[in-house]
Amino acid sequence: MAKMTGAKALIESLKQEKVEVMFGISGGALLPIHDVLCDSEIRHILARHEQGAAHAADGYARASGRAGVCMATSGPGATNIVTGLANAYLDSSPIVALTGQVNTHSANTSYMIGRDAFQEADIIGITTPITKYNVQVKSAAEIPKAVKTSFYIATTGRPGPTLIDLPKDTQTAKVEMDFSDNLQLRGYKPNTEPHPLQIKKAVGLLLKAERPMILAGGGVNLSNASPELMQIAELLMMPVATTFMGKSCFPENNPLSMGNIGMHGTMLANKMILEADVLLAVGTRFQDRSTGTLDDFCPDAKIIHIDIDAAEIGKNVDVEVPIVADAKPTLNLIYQQLVKKIKKRDDTAWAKRVKEVKEKYLSEIDLGTAELTSAKLLKELRKLLPENAIIATEVGQNQMWAALHFQTIKPRTFISSGGLGTMGFGFPASIGAKVACPQCPVVDIAGDGSFRMTEQELGTSVTEDIPVIVIVLNNSMLGMVAQWQRLFYKSRYSGVKLGSVPDFAKLAQAYGAEGVRIGSINEFSGAVKKALKCEVTTVIDVPICPEDDVFPMVPPGKGLKDTIAGM
Amino acid sequence: MAQEHNHIISTIVEHKPGVLYNVSNLFRCRGFNIDNITVGPAEEVGLARMTIMVRGDDRTIEQVIKQLNKLIDVIKVTRLNPESIVTRELALIKVNATNTKARSDIINYADIFRARVVDVSTESLMMELTGTSDKIDAFINLMKPFGVKEVARTGITALSRGAKSVKIDE
Repeated sequence: MAKMTGAKALIESLKQEKVEVMFGISGGALLPIHDVLCDSEIRHILARHEQGAAHAADGYARASGRAGVCMATSGPGATNIVTGLANAYLDSSPIVALTGQVNTHSANTSYMIGRDAFQEADIIGITTPITKYNVQVKSAAEIPKAVKTSFYIATTGRPGPTLIDLPKDTQTAKVEMDFSDNLQLRGYKPNTEPHPLQIKKAVGLLLKAERPMILAGGGVNLSNASPELMQIAELLMMPVATTFMGKSCFPENNPLSMGNIGMHGTMLANKMILEADVLLAVGTRFQDRSTGTLDDFCPDAKIIHIDIDAAEIGKNVDVEVPIVADAKPTLNLIYQQLVKKIKKRDDTAWAKRVKEVKEKYLSEIDLGTAELTSAKLLKELRKLLPENAIIATEVGQNQMWAALHFQTIKPRTFISSGGLGTMGFGFPASIGAKVACPQCPVVDIAGDGSFRMTEQELGTSVTEDIPVIVIVLNNSMLGMVAQWQRLFYKSRYSGVKLGSVPDFAKLAQAYGAEGVRIGSINEFSGAVKKALKCEVTTVIDVPICPEDDVFPMVPPGKGLKDTIAGM
Repeated sequence: MAQEHNHIISTIVEHKPGVLYNVSNLFRCRGFNIDNITVGPAEEVGLARMTIMVRGDDRTIEQVIKQLNKLIDVIKVTRLNPESIVTRELALIKVNATNTKARSDIINYADIFRARVVDVSTESLMMELTGTSDKIDAFINLMKPFGVKEVARTGITALSRGAKSVKIDE
């Protein structure tokens, strides 16, 4: 046991968790921690807004599979990470947030918790509904255990954000610290191994199925279960649809890939999933944007539902075979039993049907008539980027076009705010992803509305040498809202016109980044090629038609069967 | 719509600050209706038992239990079988008793209900009563003509009958 300050113990504990980098903004209630950081190998990346720091930690986590760390000072610093935590919570992303807090005790009693001290906010109360776990440290000696607990809970079971609130006097107090490993959490024992009987039932159903299909959700990415999923799909010739969060877990250039289901899913996926008689649903929570109206969702299918979170089973749909376990070992066990009983299937009637329908729909995909459309640009982008390139997106039309038209091949290469739909997520997340995977090109597909929400992180990317590429699909509108106003509110635009300011190329240049505006696919290709070689971040501003809609679309309140290809 | 009923859920939680907030917040966030919640130390030091009465159909109750189980400080959640359960509530009732007649009537009623007189003043009586919620309701109704000044009820607490206990897995 060694005597040290709480701040020192915090950094020591982070090192034990193998933390190499954190994103944050300093402040009064963090001064003791920042002082220790001066002498630490942990890299502190100074964000320009705490929301950016939280999203960057999230992007880091999604690209690497490890916990991302962000840190903010007390009061407004802490409240600024709230959106980032809510975002990570809904997308089950493991981030550990550290917040400064005013003193627990003080000679000057007005600077104490509960006295409405300067920069005091009840961040524990605020973040309780949007964190998997949070804790306020009451004394310095509690810090090592708080860190261990927070990392363990964030990264195991169904991952999620955790938060440690660190009163300033716990950072400065010097006490004996215990870094031993024994964590006892009586109320937290995530179940990772599936029940053998349920595996047997699932295998039985799959073997009898005539039209089996896989629905893969974000849990497949989180569990790194892509190889196991692929084995089963290819053995049984099962088409694979992904939810929005599942995108990238199955290579979309594989003949069995159907693309995403959902409100802006592909015609193919939305059609085929309704024809399935057995649905193997993995790591998905059957969210409304994926399923459409539940009464019309897979009416003829028996559903096998694998999820590590027991509360997701039976929450939205009734299932035939529930399996509460981690996707990776579960899919592996299912495969092992299947392969004992059958040989690889080839030409089933179902496989033939899937192939035919896929060919038909692929030939019908409408990329738009204009020379430069978002769809054409995203198809072109795929050709320009290597397979390991990571795409982040903002939220809105840009996001849905990216999901529809950018083909992902490797797992964890599509990073987007699915659950919360946070505009401004993509750019800081792309910075976090680039830090996690410096060897991969990272591209943020942005809209002009979203990019404006966190564009200040250009400062972070330039000063911290984290080059990414931002493609702004610029329609001078809040495009998705405008689309709904066109389709469902008689084109009465309200609160959506952003105007053509700023000049994004000049904005980038003002930060010391590269900025270019392009007007054709050729210019776009040239700009991307140049940006891939560039040592600083490049913003490529692409003016697009403000009236372009995202299709296919399931109108609100309708089922997948009502998917419309266009108006 | 599936049928809604009252259900009693017994939970063992870590006995520390914030747990009640976490539990009640969960009910608020997810739109579950708590009819009643009581908390007190459980048989083991450091643990508390929360008895929650919640209204909903079977699917809702299943979600309530699963969501409660997700809270880190909640160690065990059990739905008590209404057929095999003891439920009790304690009430303190202060009633006007300004004359001898009223006073003796009240004490007679109290005897029948096995309520105890715990405080006396020249103008009032305070009684303590334990039992099921129905019994307490009935007694309070009976006291109304005398003038009920104040009522404090603890809410329901409950345990299942027999030797079985809500065990905590180690």
